[in-house]
Amino acid sequence: MGWFDAFIVVFASGIRLAVPLILACLAGLWSERSGVVDIGLEGKILVGAFGSAVGATFTGDVWAGLALGVASTVVFSLVHGYASIDQRANQIVSGTAINMVADGLTALVGNAIWEQGGRTPQLPDQAQFGTIEWPFAREIGSVPIVGPIYQRLLSGHDLITYVAFLMVPLTYWALYSTRFGLRLRAVGENPAAVDTAGISVRALRYSAVVICGVLVGLAGVYLVLSQEAYFQPHMSAGRGFIALAALVFAKWRPWPALATCLLFGFLDALAIRLQGVELPAIGPVPVQAIEALPYVLTVVLLAGFIGKAIPPRASGIPYVKER
Amino acid sequence: MSAPLAPLPQWADVALIPLVNVAAAFIISGLVVLAIGENPLEAVQILIGGALGDLEGVGFTLYYATSFIFTGLAVALCFHAGLFNIGVEGQAYIAGLGAALAALHLGFLPGYALAVAAIIAAALFGAAFAAIPGYLQAYRDSHIVITTIMFNYIASAVMGYLLVDVLRVPGQMNAETEAFPETGRVPQFHEILSHFGVHWPVTPFNLSFLLALAAAFVVWLLIWRTRLGYEIRTVGANPTAAVYGGISPARVTIVATLLSGALAGGMAVNVILGEEHRLILEYTAGFGFVGIAVALMGRAHPVGVILAAILFGMLYQGGAELAFDKPKISRDMIVVIQGLVVLFAGALEHMFRRPVATLLARRTAQPPI
Repeated sequence: MGWFDAFIVVFASGIRLAVPLILACLAGLWSERSGVVDIGLEGKILVGAFGSAVGATFTGDVWAGLALGVASTVVFSLVHGYASIDQRANQIVSGTAINMVADGLTALVGNAIWEQGGRTPQLPDQAQFGTIEWPFAREIGSVPIVGPIYQRLLSGHDLITYVAFLMVPLTYWALYSTRFGLRLRAVGENPAAVDTAGISVRALRYSAVVICGVLVGLAGVYLVLSQEAYFQPHMSAGRGFIALAALVFAKWRPWPALATCLLFGFLDALAIRLQGVELPAIGPVPVQAIEALPYVLTVVLLAGFIGKAIPPRASGIPYVKER
Repeated sequence: MSAPLAPLPQWADVALIPLVNVAAAFIISGLVVLAIGENPLEAVQILIGGALGDLEGVGFTLYYATSFIFTGLAVALCFHAGLFNIGVEGQAYIAGLGAALAALHLGFLPGYALAVAAIIAAALFGAAFAAIPGYLQAYRDSHIVITTIMFNYIASAVMGYLLVDVLRVPGQMNAETEAFPETGRVPQFHEILSHFGVHWPVTPFNLSFLLALAAAFVVWLLIWRTRLGYEIRTVGANPTAAVYGGISPARVTIVATLLSGALAGGMAVNVILGEEHRLILEYTAGFGFVGIAVALMGRAHPVGVILAAILFGMLYQGGAELAFDKPKISRDMIVVIQGLVVLFAGALEHMFRRPVATLLARRTAQPPI
């Protein structure tokens, strides 16, 4: 069972590493499907993480942490929305600004409050999300093959993990089976047509931006309230950009987004697992190669060498109503 | 919807609006300082004192400014072609590899020819690394913003591997190459001045500064005084019209990214050849991203870029001093200011247009008789 056990361990850690990617990727999907390009995911993960750390530290309550994390991320999202929708700004410039302000501000304020170089105090157990054990996990766990899968892959994660996985079908349903979703997708492809039908482009894009803020905020909350139990400057460590890569790789669709994020999560888990391991004939594993793989794959896909990734047609273009 | 924006007099467009935008960024920054319980005016005083108070401060300020002129020009040049190059960070990082390889392995070159070769290698490596996203944008239809973001991470992974596993001096703890020979370095001003008996405190301020000024002049010449510059600006303004005028946007894209990458390489010249004298892990320290703020603040004009770069040089040097005096205002404050400058001078650049236009119109309106 050595190999199988190792497989389960890497798989389980891959799921944990994939959760923030899934949430951030879906966030980007909502925003970009409505025509608002968002390269500020990275910064907003930090804002969500920092907000939740502040909320949970001062109240000792995990829900207050969650609320503050999500709320502060939505505020940042709205700034990006205001620039992109009302000011018709270059959305790349706006996203870059969000990333910089978030990166600097979280570290600055964290350092000003606790004077530990930006790190927040370790959260007590009751201010973190605990793991949820599925029924009979321990009993079924001893069954070969199925047992470990049930006990260690499906069961034993925290609330946000399950929410993240639920968000995938929910996003799919909302985008493809509701009137709101149809309109939202239309506004990302041809806003003039939506406008002609008497539907507000502005309202649709703002709602997409808010949904984006909530989801990417959860990604940040997860890092603090589910994983590390403290905030540290720059702790998003490029996850926002990996999520962006996953979004491109998934061609802006929810289910492929889930698959890509899981793949990137497993690659990450594998890189950690293989650190310093000597492989026969290859020698030490070049861990950096595995880490760079998501970026390389995305570039290759974007270049049209394996399939073609075509963004929503109106993404990145501010809508100007005819005068 | 809103009425069309009233035309502004040219002086307001070129000078007033950008100043108002940057002022807004600094006022918000002041409020942030106030919010964390410090006095913004006192902070500004310490910052300016640290940046310009003595020759040592000035030396460091100009050393940082040199890097920012290069990265700012790299971003600005691409702006003119309608391209957003977020990859200056990675391009400068890879350029450092070129500089280090040349300085370490071309030791047979006589005298300062080695330094010149290292400078050329830096430019070539930077240009080559930028040209890949440029090619993918021009011929494979992939968006340069996404590719350059990905390339920053690819650069980081490649350099991490090379510095930790290949280039590191055996038995050394730090992930860095061995020191370059004396002739493979760009001389620092205090060394040069001491030959003439002039005393200047020891700072990393080096000859790259002059190279940066020259680069700025060449960029100005290129953009506004050459046929290629005209083509670049035409493609940036309207690629369809450019095609109609017989200009190939694909070719212009490649050329613009090549030049941009070479300019990014200037940062390696300043930091790697001018100060560190060895290639070190993550040496770019986010300065490539500062270039975005510098280019936006300088309105993509070389003179504006130089002025903005000096301002950011002051922020980085004075900010270090400030963080020492007031530990609460850590160096992260500079990143906040940088982000706010990008936000107000870039994303929200038209926000103050209407109020300013209204104000000016009211002032110039004829009083009723």
